[in-house]
Amino acid sequence: MTKHFVGDTATLLGRSLRHIARSPDTIITTAIMPIAMMLMFVYVFGGAINVGGASYVNYMLPGILLITVASGIAYTAFRLFMDMKGGIFERFQSMPIARSSVLWAHVLTSLIANLISLVVVVLVALLMGFRSPAGVSAWLSVAGILILFTLALTWIAVIPGLTATTMEGASAFSYPLIFLPFLSSAFVPTDTMPGPLRAFAEHQPVTSIVNAIRDLFTEQPVGTDIWIALGWCVGILAVAYAFAMNAYRRKIS
Amino acid sequence: MTTQQAPAIQVQGLEKSYKELQVLRGVDFDVARGSIFALLGSNGAGKTTVVKILSTLLKADTGTARVHGFDVATQAADVRESISLTGQFAAVDEILSGRENLVLVARLRHLKNPGKIADDLLARFSLTDAGGRKASTYSGGMRRRLDIAMSLIGDPPVIFLDEPTTGLDPQARIEVWQAIKELARRGTTVLLTTQYLDEAEHLADRIAILHQGRIIVNGTLTELKQLLPPAKVEYVEKQPTLEDVFLTLVGTDGAAQKPHTATNN
Repeated sequence: MTKHFVGDTATLLGRSLRHIARSPDTIITTAIMPIAMMLMFVYVFGGAINVGGASYVNYMLPGILLITVASGIAYTAFRLFMDMKGGIFERFQSMPIARSSVLWAHVLTSLIANLISLVVVVLVALLMGFRSPAGVSAWLSVAGILILFTLALTWIAVIPGLTATTMEGASAFSYPLIFLPFLSSAFVPTDTMPGPLRAFAEHQPVTSIVNAIRDLFTEQPVGTDIWIALGWCVGILAVAYAFAMNAYRRKIS
Repeated sequence: MTTQQAPAIQVQGLEKSYKELQVLRGVDFDVARGSIFALLGSNGAGKTTVVKILSTLLKADTGTARVHGFDVATQAADVRESISLTGQFAAVDEILSGRENLVLVARLRHLKNPGKIADDLLARFSLTDAGGRKASTYSGGMRRRLDIAMSLIGDPPVIFLDEPTTGLDPQARIEVWQAIKELARRGTTVLLTTQYLDEAEHLADRIAILHQGRIIVNGTLTELKQLLPPAKVEYVEKQPTLEDVFLTLVGTDGAAQKPHTATNN
């Protein structure tokens, strides 16, 4: 059956992309919260936050991009949950297709939808004065980190998508992920935080990812942050993938 | 030769438990090729569990099942090549149009000319006019017809219909019944689950009653009737049922009829 994997995944990807094209609000609502946060932080709080000379929109954009992905994957869980609940998942699984293509189509859809949202957010940031001297290779590195981060969070989203019993349950898991950047270097430097909080902030994945993206945007040497960031992304991806596949296997047997 | 003569579905000693709850306690039955077999039972009798095992969505704890000559546990891919499942809830994609739903399934079955297959099925199920509309705008009966049409793509020799008429109005139910009879006429084997006794009586060549995880009887309608004491002859005034009245007034083909008014003179 694996001989059809690519074709079946493409067919099912086409189906999910059609869903997104018919309800573009999922892209808009994904982008709107990070944009609203960006407006609030830049124009309301930004003047009072000291980030050491850099323009505040430049400083906080990496964190906003991670929040965009964290809110976008709630829709991944939602779309998968609707397929499970409506019975179409079972219909696909009882057909002569490469069975795992049903999951992969959702994962690729999540990646594409999140990349569109990210582009929208970056365009708004440019309007708000975001500027970067980064060259093509630095931008590609940023894109690579964001893709890896999106895939890691997408596989986390697959777990509630497959196992949730209510729609609220399927999307609620994303709230802590959206909150995580606030306890990191995304909006304020960590050195003003009290001891234990600072220790947490400096050792959680978001800080290293934000620092790596920020260094790439400002053409600074990325140092060890990028390796820690990649390590986190790959680690989360591997663990989430294992748990998601386990949940998936339990659903189809 | 032997595969042609063998029953389309053979089930032996099927058992399945969900944690502590034993749903199937040893289910045995055969379904002859080209026949309609009804699995009758109340809610929770285990009908859906049987269908899920036969359509390779669930693994049995013990027992064997063969569909179209293939073992559901060891030759699952071949089984999926030979079957179609119409689940309890019309599993159509709400956001896609009726035609797009059919094209999607035709593509997933790797058939040539998915567009033509879709158009033919839309015509066969009287959905041509609605074909371009989102499935979420369909009535219950239209959704079910689309659902069954999706199951026919690729002409699978065995079709499972899990409670195909639950929640449908009487007209839609008759439409679905006609579609099922048409399937059997074309030589498809149909395994149908239902909790409606008249549905089994109306459609099925053989009826099995699943009760508390076991098949308690299995036979033709005539055979089942012989299980009870012979019928007494009584003279009873034949009253029209409410269904007769409803269908006469509304018209079985859905065409508008002149308004009737019940009066006493």
